[in-house]
Amino acid sequence: MADELLSFDAVLERFDPVLGLEVHVELSTKSKMWCGCPTEFGNEPNSQVCPVCLGLPGSLPVVNAKAVESAIRIGLSLNCQIARWCRFARKNYFYPDMPKDYQISQYDEPLCFDGEIAVEVGEMAYQVPIERVHMEEDAGKITHIGGVGRIANADYSLLDYNRAGVPLMEIVTKTIHDTGAAAPEVAAGYVALLRDMVRALAVSQGRMERGNLRCDVNVSLMPKGASELGIRSETKNVNSLRAVADAVRYEMRRQGAILSAGGRVVQETRHWNEAGYTTAGRSKETAEDYRYFPEPDLVPLAADPAWVEQLRATLPEHPGKRRARLRTEWGFTQREFGDILAVPGALDTIADTVLAGATPIAARKWWLTELARRANEWGVALDELPITAKQVAEVQALLDTGQINDKLARQVIEGVLAGEGDPAAVVQHRGLTVVSDTGALEVAVDGAIAADP
Amino acid sequence: MNLLSASAAELGRLIATREVSSVEVTRAHLDQIAAVDTCIHAFLAIDATGALRQAAATDARIAAGEQLGPLAGVPIAIKDLLCYQALPTTAGSRILEGWVPPYNSTVVQRLIAAGLVLIGKTNCDEFAMGSSTETSGYGPTHNPWDTARIPGGSGGGSAAAVAACETPLAIGTDTGGSIRQPAAVTGSVGVKPTYGMVSRYGIIAMASSLDQAGPVARTTLDAALLHTVIAGHDPMDSTSLTTPVPDVVTAARLGDVRGLRIGLVREFSGEGYAPGVELRVQQAIAALLTAGAEVVEVSCPHFIHALATYYLIMPAEVSSNLARYDGMRYGLRIGDDGTNSTETVTRLTRGKGFGTEAKRRIILGTYALSAGYYDAYYGSAQKMRTLIARDFATAFERCDVLVSPATPTTAFKLGERIDDPLAMYMSDLCTIPANLAGIGAASFPCGLAPEDGLPVGFQVMAPALRDERLYQVGAALERELTAKWGSQLLAQAPALTDTKVVW
Repeated sequence: MADELLSFDAVLERFDPVLGLEVHVELSTKSKMWCGCPTEFGNEPNSQVCPVCLGLPGSLPVVNAKAVESAIRIGLSLNCQIARWCRFARKNYFYPDMPKDYQISQYDEPLCFDGEIAVEVGEMAYQVPIERVHMEEDAGKITHIGGVGRIANADYSLLDYNRAGVPLMEIVTKTIHDTGAAAPEVAAGYVALLRDMVRALAVSQGRMERGNLRCDVNVSLMPKGASELGIRSETKNVNSLRAVADAVRYEMRRQGAILSAGGRVVQETRHWNEAGYTTAGRSKETAEDYRYFPEPDLVPLAADPAWVEQLRATLPEHPGKRRARLRTEWGFTQREFGDILAVPGALDTIADTVLAGATPIAARKWWLTELARRANEWGVALDELPITAKQVAEVQALLDTGQINDKLARQVIEGVLAGEGDPAAVVQHRGLTVVSDTGALEVAVDGAIAADP
Repeated sequence: MNLLSASAAELGRLIATREVSSVEVTRAHLDQIAAVDTCIHAFLAIDATGALRQAAATDARIAAGEQLGPLAGVPIAIKDLLCYQALPTTAGSRILEGWVPPYNSTVVQRLIAAGLVLIGKTNCDEFAMGSSTETSGYGPTHNPWDTARIPGGSGGGSAAAVAACETPLAIGTDTGGSIRQPAAVTGSVGVKPTYGMVSRYGIIAMASSLDQAGPVARTTLDAALLHTVIAGHDPMDSTSLTTPVPDVVTAARLGDVRGLRIGLVREFSGEGYAPGVELRVQQAIAALLTAGAEVVEVSCPHFIHALATYYLIMPAEVSSNLARYDGMRYGLRIGDDGTNSTETVTRLTRGKGFGTEAKRRIILGTYALSAGYYDAYYGSAQKMRTLIARDFATAFERCDVLVSPATPTTAFKLGERIDDPLAMYMSDLCTIPANLAGIGAASFPCGLAPEDGLPVGFQVMAPALRDERLYQVGAALERELTAKWGSQLLAQAPALTDTKVVW
């Protein structure tokens, strides 16, 4: 990494950051976007394919109605307009993981458009304007063997089309202004909100680490007082909340250094490196021409307004409202609550634990310390740990009634995670009860003294 | 009874009543193929064993008392654009040489379900791009009327096979005239149904918004019977219509045109039209007047732009539809020797696998869709497409069907236009508007041009979903003209070999 960086504060003195976020959400429909193949993850390569998702000559797509419903529900949650009539479009480009050598997407007629959502950072709420939510399909998975793992110098490449044709939503913001120093947190907060939203809607697993949710971050800087947008960079595949914030901060500092030195930012695609910096990808000036045109194999989509209203009426509680409600109910400070939001899945597991009888403070403690550490160690999400919210509440109940102490509680959790059964069973099995019979205790003390006078 | 010149309807009846067996009929046609196809080259693949097995199965079902459709046991050939698991499907292109599809097209499924006997795949221009079958990667088909001449295209194989009595029926596909123009120049009947009436699932795409499969036959009734078998809603094709299929068989049986208002398209006459073509079309109109129709002349002013419109929209879709032939997953692969990059392998494969016409259209279409040119080319073409559809709508307020020559000239010589794309494209001048508007249209034989003794096709176009009108007019014309000629037009075709077809 050889980029000159300006300090974050210096950037903010001279420039206003402008953000734009493109988030791809992989839907969790049972079948693919255009055919009946299952979407299940992790099965034998090329075991979930048919003539349609393999793009064999003569095959034709048919729209998955459930995916359309999911997209409309996402659009409604983002306060978007739902198009009365729209079409799919072909995005033409070549890559071996694209079976048809074009992607069916939407171009100038997205299904949902013109939305807005509030993102809270600390005590402040920032309005994020939504440009569009459109539908498209995922590509297959290509694995390059040999070389440095890129297609150019691989010995050979393996293709798995199980993912080809899995429904994807692309959610694109308009330019986000006036975030100032909070730009990195607004970006990350927005993505976290989307993640919680798609999970609350049960339309996607919403797991960034698995690629269910992928984010491209656009950043540009405007000199203070300027009225024209600066030249932006687009950082691709920023796949954790922290990385989203870090990528925004890094690009602000990198572009700030270029502009302060009188240079020009190159409009380009950049790659995010986990070590915390971006590197140049392909320049937009030589970017591909996708030759979009309306998909002739599909008929236009005209969602019945009555159906849309029905979907609107049955939306789950909005994640933003839910957060506000839970914070009030639980009585946490912004900071305490912010710690919960920063851990993927923590809000839901804590809420479930509270519902199972634990106090919010206890629930927060277990999930953010002991269990977060475990999840981190094993590289899984909190709700993927082999312990349920109910079991955590049971451990806390044992603790509250004095049957175990804090140290033993950790051992009980250990036992549950090891598959030894419910907390009560672990206690029994491991003989972990705090000895509360004073008679027995006296005998034990006497015995110990006698043995070692 | 000559099994080769008999109509499909007759053969179906004889098989159903067990006067002949499907095996006998199938064998007779396989023998005819063996005898004449060396000089016609209508077929790219023949499935003799499979066909005889299907025929025997159909015979057994009939013997067991099963009630099958009117075409059960009748042989049929299918254009090499339709996926059929039993035979390679190449779309006439070297890039798909030897590719055997792992699935059947919906049309093929319907044919099998109706008990028809699939005897083989017919030759066509590469990916259906051409008007002469000369762009086929496997050599051209020859016109049974004169083997030095083109059989039309792209479905020249299907039309020639029917005209040469190698099969009583065939399936074609029509994007800009590929069923009708070959039917016209071979003296057979070819129908392009309303867009969406026949499923496109499993038919290799040329231009998705224009492609439509349809029947090729020797009589109007045969075409109607086949139309009924292949038409109908298919959930696998989003553009498939859900409306009921019109009763084309009754229309073909009655051939009643009394009071029918026929509009002659003024734009499709004059310069560029062979005198013999114009003469026979005039005589066909006279015959329809005799049969009780009314005739008016109508103008469709935007039709003169149809060819230009077509040559923007079609290549645009082609450039996208043909992108998948990249040597990665199936078909031809060139240069995969471990030293070449993916892109080089794709380039070499396409360079070798695609012919000149395919490349020309891919380049044209890529250009028409490219940034900065889209509005001027593809965008304008879509607007013109709307205006052409409006011309039809206006004309259909005044008349029930429109008529014109199916093609401006009779069959030209092989090689005559292959190096002159524009001259080749002119072959589809009269047929393209129906594809752009998505309406049904057909070509029926209406005589031989006096100057060269070659068949002339009479085109009928009907409003969307009113395909039965095509058959009404076709059947009336057939009745009037065969009465005048004393036989079918095809009976006048020269003998191809010593194996005589008795009419």
